[in-house]
Amino acid sequence: MSEQEVYVVADNVFSPIAKTTAINFAMLTEGVSGVTEHLDNTMSPFPFYASLFDRDECFIIGEKNIYTKFEQLLIASISDALMPAAIDPSDKKTILIISSTKGNIDLLEGKNTNAELNKRIALSTSAKLVADYFGFQTQPIMISNACISGGMAIITAMRLLRTGQYETAVVAGADVISKFILSGFESFQALSKGLCKPFDQHHDGLNLGEAAATIILSTNKRYAQNIKVKGGSVSNDANHISGPSRTGAELAGAIKNALLDAELSTDAIGFISAHGTATVYNDEMEANAINLAGLQEKPLNSLKGFYGHTLGAAGLIESIISVHSLKQGIILPTKGYRDKGGSGKLNVSASPVYIEADNFLKTASGFGGCNAAVIFGK
Amino acid sequence: MNIFETAKPGDKLPGAKYITSTCSIYKAVVKKDSTTLFNSGSGEISELLLAVYQHFELHYPKFYKMDNLSKLGWLTAEILLKDSFEKESYQPEQVGLILANANASLDNDLKYIETVSEMASPSLFVYTLPNIVIGEICIRNRFKGEHAFFIQEDFDADFIARQANYLLDKDMLQACICGWVDVLGQDYKAVLFLIEKQKRENSILFSAENMRHIFDNN
Repeated sequence: MSEQEVYVVADNVFSPIAKTTAINFAMLTEGVSGVTEHLDNTMSPFPFYASLFDRDECFIIGEKNIYTKFEQLLIASISDALMPAAIDPSDKKTILIISSTKGNIDLLEGKNTNAELNKRIALSTSAKLVADYFGFQTQPIMISNACISGGMAIITAMRLLRTGQYETAVVAGADVISKFILSGFESFQALSKGLCKPFDQHHDGLNLGEAAATIILSTNKRYAQNIKVKGGSVSNDANHISGPSRTGAELAGAIKNALLDAELSTDAIGFISAHGTATVYNDEMEANAINLAGLQEKPLNSLKGFYGHTLGAAGLIESIISVHSLKQGIILPTKGYRDKGGSGKLNVSASPVYIEADNFLKTASGFGGCNAAVIFGK
Repeated sequence: MNIFETAKPGDKLPGAKYITSTCSIYKAVVKKDSTTLFNSGSGEISELLLAVYQHFELHYPKFYKMDNLSKLGWLTAEILLKDSFEKESYQPEQVGLILANANASLDNDLKYIETVSEMASPSLFVYTLPNIVIGEICIRNRFKGEHAFFIQEDFDADFIARQANYLLDKDMLQACICGWVDVLGQDYKAVLFLIEKQKRENSILFSAENMRHIFDNN
């Protein structure tokens, strides 16, 4: 059975920088970052750098009492993505896929646990509320697989669409930065003291960020001129739950399998949108993996200097921005990157690069030793 | 009778997939292939997990560092694979996992948040993700293949079967552990299935219906 091609129909990036993909992309080309210094005792006793929405910002009008911040972000992002697209959420061939690492976990803070609160926090509760808001008829799918959740959501959607079980997938991801998450990364000493510097010689940790993003995928031939999701793969390091592979061989394996899945050679890849968290461990592992995959000459960026690490939304945001890069022929710079790391094993874009590319590779890695690689192309 | 069901152990038919082993830990009872191997009577969950570890004479110091979700999933996988899995017949990349649960890592999240006001614990924080249990099983067995963790209100056998079928049919995996691992407080249930392409003693045909039947009766 020949598999169907999967096209990108519409998308949205909903971030502290801007609330549509177009404005986000324009701001990024201007070098605007959402990461700033915050002093907030309710979050941390220390000043920290992160990309955050205003504390009391409401993201949908009129219904703020029903939906949590996490759910509002998802609804706002999905609404914008659905607007120009002739997609009917109530169609039986349309599926909603949601990715998040921690969902409503901020609700735990300052509360005593009870069964009702536990149920309110559950991702399936959020998924049901969001699905009902738009009138989805099919059972939503929730993915929570650490920092590759967004990439995995795209791969899962691609596979479900290829088999013909669904015609359209609305894939949305979000995470809210709370004391829970911030304190954890602090305890790991994984946060940078300033703006993060992905792949830079002086990279010293990540910035966290909150955001939502949505990408709508379809096999309908009316979108045949659009960018396609061509292949994807997931692998595990089987090495350590909180540290990446020593060699990068497993991420390289995922990249090779994604290329096989897309039926493309390394020559066909025009650029790479890396995970690039700016922690020493991640950046080193990723540099090794990209070398092992034979892609070290390709222009590469990390968008973490603009958005911070947006966890369950990261893979989606970075894929969407890169889809627009592919369409416009501009690879965005790696904000925060200045000096080549000692290894100097990658072709990191420090300023905008204008190229004609047909395909790009998106990578991600996370706790639990997980790696994901996705290939998009014309 | 379907041709896959009449196949003999050792046969490898194109497109065939079998549940070659099943293990569950639920209500203080450990069952393998629906046979009770251990019953700790009642007892609270951390006692039960330790009792299972000791009863099966497992030796893995990292076990003690794990949260209850990882302990439960890891133990179930150990017993699932013990004497039932020829690891040498597979490359690390050929074995993967598709797991799901209802409560993500909330059980451990509640313990982590207790530490936040004083001194946030990195060793608890690392378990505040549901897919860490996949990582623990992968580290133990050197599995490096495709994997995913899904959140579902209830065990969705059809969805899990479809995911596993895709990966096995496309030869992205040659063996797949799939199933359910859920813990919240004293409530827990784990049911894991080993799916292979080769028929073995006592194996049954891989289908959503067969998984659902086993899940409901364990």
